[in-house]
Amino acid sequence: MTPKNLSSRFPAAQYGLIALALAFIGVSLVLPLAAVFVEALSGGIETYFAALTEPDARSAIRLTLLVAAISVPVNVIFGIVAAWSISKFDFPGKSLLVTFIDLPFSVSPVVAGLVYVLLFGAQGLLGPWLREHDIEIIFAVPGIVLATIFITFPFVARELIPLMNEQGRDDEEAALSLGASGFQTFLRVTLPNIRWGLLYGVLLCNARAMGEFGAVSVVSGHLRGLTNTMPLHVEILYNEYNFVAAFAVASLLALLALLTLVLKSIVEWRFGYHHGSARH
Amino acid sequence: MEIALSSTLQMHPEPATANRRIRKSIIPGFGLTTGLTVGWLTLIVLVPLSMIFVRSAGMGWTEFVEAGFSDRTWAAYRVSFGTSLAAALVNAVFGLVTAWVLVRYDFPGRRLLNALVDLPFALPTAVAGIALTAIYAPNGWVGQYLDPVGIKAAYTPLGITIALIFIGLPFIVRSVEPVLEEMSAELEEAALSLGARPWQVFTRVILPTIMPALLTGFALAFARGVGEYGSVIFIAGNMPFKSEIAPLLIITQLEQYDYAAATAIATVMLVASFAILLLINLIQAWSRRRMNG
Repeated sequence: MTPKNLSSRFPAAQYGLIALALAFIGVSLVLPLAAVFVEALSGGIETYFAALTEPDARSAIRLTLLVAAISVPVNVIFGIVAAWSISKFDFPGKSLLVTFIDLPFSVSPVVAGLVYVLLFGAQGLLGPWLREHDIEIIFAVPGIVLATIFITFPFVARELIPLMNEQGRDDEEAALSLGASGFQTFLRVTLPNIRWGLLYGVLLCNARAMGEFGAVSVVSGHLRGLTNTMPLHVEILYNEYNFVAAFAVASLLALLALLTLVLKSIVEWRFGYHHGSARH
Repeated sequence: MEIALSSTLQMHPEPATANRRIRKSIIPGFGLTTGLTVGWLTLIVLVPLSMIFVRSAGMGWTEFVEAGFSDRTWAAYRVSFGTSLAAALVNAVFGLVTAWVLVRYDFPGRRLLNALVDLPFALPTAVAGIALTAIYAPNGWVGQYLDPVGIKAAYTPLGITIALIFIGLPFIVRSVEPVLEEMSAELEEAALSLGARPWQVFTRVILPTIMPALLTGFALAFARGVGEYGSVIFIAGNMPFKSEIAPLLIITQLEQYDYAAATAIATVMLVASFAILLLINLIQAWSRRRMNG
């Protein structure tokens, strides 16, 4: 037998490495996930549902849904617009623009929150003006939305830019020369081409928008029932040693994560979508 | 920056760019989409971020150094950078093993494993934080076995490292995976036929090929670890000088209304992450040059 490659030549190593990978993923990823559900249900099913239905928890769930409902569509529109500009046209400074779009990935969530405090906070640049006009941003919902938009800024764009770059411009140019309008071309030609990439980006953007903690924590002010998102509510409950309730709310977020992974895997397996990004 | 572009893209640079410039694009919307992109980016990202530098510039050098490099702050940088480095090293090893297993072997549960690798991208950091704390606390699932042998995981830098291992793993796996997939088997075959030992094949053939991707993943995981907050604060214990991370110190200063100190620390961290970003770009450029040349 001619030696093919390392993998097929050393079948014994195969089992060792598979076992090693499974053990590592098991301990470092699966165990924490399982712990969330075990701890959440440790007080019985009634306590579990009581923790999810009490007013503060309900208002946290509502706020999280509201924040995602604003920030995800905003980032979808921006992502499509940015990817169109970058993939369909050549202009100087394009790679710099892509670098800047990626910037929020490299900024600590805490710093992301801080910059909005410096801009809109009481001591911030626009603080006095905002106070005069009775506009609340920091320690209020608009600040939470802004911080979330900042954190999730690159998600959709980052997914669409390489995809649309790869697909080139021929399809659109053909449609346009056959007399389609720009908007028709986008709806009938581009959108079907990018739908799985778009869905993929939306899934990850949404997961991050609902789960963001650091940035939101800085701008929220932690007002119970008012500016508490689900992750912040988890923190408050945990710090009050109300562990069962903290894990109950956390289990909802864990379910969201599992749902995200399932949908993402379906997009990858069933529709053969192969995304090219290692950053989230 | 092309960190995230698929490697296929990197190997086929845009053809006939010159041609296209001469033949003006008939695709509409250049002004609209580019204008909106630049405008929104400026409003949401660039202007807010520039506030950090505006504030620090208005601070004066001594004040900046006092706030950004006090003893306690130095200790926090050491904790943040040290634990991130340790976690990225652990992930480099196990992430590589995981990527290798995913690409090279077929076994029941491979798809499940593949999906699970992305869990840290999908699971909110605060959830990961409290779950890891529960596991590694002295009476937790794992902690109860560590405690008798004198290993304190929760509320120590070791706990921080464990949280950062959780957060950083997918960066390594997803960076290395596509390169392993595209690596031609012929190189390995040739080396083996010529009598190379398996270890030699790994260190001389495979490792050099995947090194740029591995380094990129390492840098991404490291950068993410330095800025990480949610998964760390629960397990860290947050003792000043011992287990206090830099992002937490920013929040502590903010809560005491010491905006100057918070801004100074944030400036140092921003500069550090820009340096890492630059490093990643250099690695990418180096790898592209190597592939093409």
